[in-house]
Amino acid sequence: MTTIAATPDEVHADAEEHHDHVPPFFQRWFMSTNHKDIGTLYLIFAVVAGIIGGAISGLMRMELAEPGIQYLQGWASMMQGSAATEDQGLHLWNVLITAHGLIMVFFMVMPAMIGGFGNWFVPIMIGAPDMAFPRMNNISFWLLIPAFILLLGSTFVPGGTGLGAGTGWTVYAPLSTTGSQGPAVDMAILSLHLAGASSILGAINFITTIFNMRAPGMTINKMPLFVWSVLVTAFLLLLALPVLAAAITMLLTDRNFQTAFFDAAGGGDPVLYQHLFWFFGHPEVYIMILPGFGMVSHIIATFSKKPVFGYLGMAYAMVAIGVVGFIVWAHHMFTVGLSVNLKMYFTAATMVIAVPTGIKIFSWIATMWGGSLSFKTPMMWAIGFIFMFTVGGVTGVVLANGGIDDAMHDTYYVVAHFHYVLSLGAVFSMFAGFYYWFPKMSGRMYNELLGHVHFWIFFIGVNVLFFPMHFLGVQGMPRRYADYPEQFAYWNEIASYGYAIMGIGMLVFFANIGYSLFAGRRAEGNYWGEGATTLEWTLSSPPPFHQFETLPQIK
Amino acid sequence: MTFMNMVKSLSVAALLAMTPHAAIAQEAATTDVQAEAQATTADNAAAATEAATETSESGAVGSYVPMKPTEGKGMPVDGGIDFQDQYSKIGQQAYAMHNYILMPIIVVISLFVLGLLLWVMARYRAKANPEASKTTHNTFIEVVWTLVPVLILIGIAIPSISLLAKQFEPAPEDALTIKVTGYQWYWGYTYPDNGGFEVISNMLPAEEARARGETPQLAVDNRMVVPAGVPIKVIVTAADVIHSFAVPSLWYKMDAIPGRLNEKVMQIDEPGVYYGQCSELCGARHGFMPIAVEALPMDEYNAWVQAQGGNIKGEGEDEAEASEAIEDETADAETANASGEENTENAEAGSEAAAAPAN
Repeated sequence: MTTIAATPDEVHADAEEHHDHVPPFFQRWFMSTNHKDIGTLYLIFAVVAGIIGGAISGLMRMELAEPGIQYLQGWASMMQGSAATEDQGLHLWNVLITAHGLIMVFFMVMPAMIGGFGNWFVPIMIGAPDMAFPRMNNISFWLLIPAFILLLGSTFVPGGTGLGAGTGWTVYAPLSTTGSQGPAVDMAILSLHLAGASSILGAINFITTIFNMRAPGMTINKMPLFVWSVLVTAFLLLLALPVLAAAITMLLTDRNFQTAFFDAAGGGDPVLYQHLFWFFGHPEVYIMILPGFGMVSHIIATFSKKPVFGYLGMAYAMVAIGVVGFIVWAHHMFTVGLSVNLKMYFTAATMVIAVPTGIKIFSWIATMWGGSLSFKTPMMWAIGFIFMFTVGGVTGVVLANGGIDDAMHDTYYVVAHFHYVLSLGAVFSMFAGFYYWFPKMSGRMYNELLGHVHFWIFFIGVNVLFFPMHFLGVQGMPRRYADYPEQFAYWNEIASYGYAIMGIGMLVFFANIGYSLFAGRRAEGNYWGEGATTLEWTLSSPPPFHQFETLPQIK
Repeated sequence: MTFMNMVKSLSVAALLAMTPHAAIAQEAATTDVQAEAQATTADNAAAATEAATETSESGAVGSYVPMKPTEGKGMPVDGGIDFQDQYSKIGQQAYAMHNYILMPIIVVISLFVLGLLLWVMARYRAKANPEASKTTHNTFIEVVWTLVPVLILIGIAIPSISLLAKQFEPAPEDALTIKVTGYQWYWGYTYPDNGGFEVISNMLPAEEARARGETPQLAVDNRMVVPAGVPIKVIVTAADVIHSFAVPSLWYKMDAIPGRLNEKVMQIDEPGVYYGQCSELCGARHGFMPIAVEALPMDEYNAWVQAQGGNIKGEGEDEAEASEAIEDETADAETANASGEENTENAEAGSEAAAAPAN
């Protein structure tokens, strides 16, 4: 979509004139101010967090594979080093669902998409040498480490009935205040504070970078769509996270300093917390998916050898999603006793989101229309993303109906819905982006065959895992249950097989990374050929330590 | 007569209001004793209910026998992929809207997108189409794919809004009121129109549930008994943390929030047992506080009420006074519920306050 004046060769030559002054190991990785190195740190962090969060869901699927409580008490005993009671075992279940949610949201998806790919490619795509605030970039990353340690550590300290915070990722009061004695929930809240601060700093950095550091000729309406997506995401972060920070700070003072923000006996209101949380929480789900939209746009265009169809529509659809995302939050609270007018409003407003989302889906298909498609691994993931996100999107339209939600709310239908948009949507887009840019970042090609094998096994696995959850949901199985009536056994067993299949897919993925890092073919500067038109393809793979010392000219 | 009755019923109510908290205290003391502790607590609560029942008036020790649930009615079915059969008008309307409006639309949209993708993948693969076009805009098609979804959504919104309006139709003023209170981890059902007794409902252990021919994890010791065929004003609240009172076969879900009285009409078409489960994370035993609603014909319901030591709505009491007392009681119970730790004290204070206007 943008025409680049500097040819790949010119920039390449320019980069090799100066020798890169790469700092020694400790300084390079622990005191980094380089956006690419920080991006790499974020990606490694996200992979580690993803393994932990994914392993936790494995424990959950193990326990849910058949009716009855099989493992929880044993695991709880292992964690506390003494025989656990049945209630402590059940509390561990709540700790697992809480940790899975928080890790996947705050320590896997967000760091990978925004911190990882955003850091790596936003400066390059706008022709900037680095981020606007390189040191702030560094502290954004390093705040995540103590945040993650606090969250993981919270699972080993008392949190009420047993060890760890068992409040769900939503941390609803009063379960999270009077309902959870002990330091675990405090630690989890402080972890969110740190992760939130990290994201706010990151958001400020992206906004400043994108507004001020675009290369000459790179007007706002010429920016690559991934940059657009990160810009919108950064605004969502900047506006939503302070509200979360306020809400969880009030939780902290309710817990520790006898305030009563969310305590009805003291004049507060538990529902107030939910309003505050979801005012953050709903934009948060778009924060997790928007960068994915951006990446998928690039990948579809690259492998169709065609510019993105309806570029402006695509960009402003994301802006619209971001704006509308702030005024739909109470559809997460349809059963708290909202008035009929509120329910009608939030029903209608929520459905509006389907319009810009539909524009994006159809524009991707239109991009492929008339193209010359090659089905490399990133393209497979991107096409998988489009379909899976559509499925997750239409169940979202069902859930948007306040009257229908009376049956669906807090059932497995909701779990199925948000895993289709996140675990099959956001995660698919991340894999797409990972395969798309891995050779650019590492300088080594991944193995195409293993990439396809990974895609197909994972695709089948997650569908077997999550599709039956729709059935469980309409039949009425509530979420966050460690055990269920035997009528729900059949689909739960199938879902657990799905997890196992997906797990095998992940092994293929790690095998592929391992193989590629050490034995992968060397990647050229633009290994995707004519379809890849953004600025990163004008650089070598991996790019020089500092790129664009002479700014590229965009026509 | 009326005065004596009221004092009695209020003292019973106060006693009942206290029993669950006593149960909590007991539970707290015995958490380490594991599984038995729960059973003991349940027994104690049940015993307390019985004791309270006896002290009130008793007499009509009932012909009430818990109804045998019908397989597949009011409960999930093995490997089911559809909603549970609906036994309320609202449920049937919502079910129809989902299955005959929403489902066809979303299936068609999903298949349409899938079909487009597959066709494009086949038609425009590099081998079939080596030269890519450079088309990037087509205003007409862009307007179409913006407006068509808008029209579809309007088509969904109209029945959706009317369904919502239906769900919010208030119960008639003289409708029977039942108050549902969520506790960690059991339910309490209070019948202010029938003398204000509270039924404490705990999950049955698996063996006992099977012995009674019920599904473990759905079966409870004391059900929420309601009359079938009439609108009931259900007030939902909680004593400690948030719970959610949900019965899938009645399309019924309302969060139980401490400090709030959420009202939602329940009207069940026919007698039967309808199961549900707590639907808001409320701590360790969140999955183990099921709901069983037993709908009975009105005369059998009245017999059940009398067996519980309650009185039939509108009988033997001065209407105005009774309703006044109910209001007071509800308000007081509310204060009691609202404060986490000082429940017992408040309940006591509340009962005194409630007794006052009777003098």
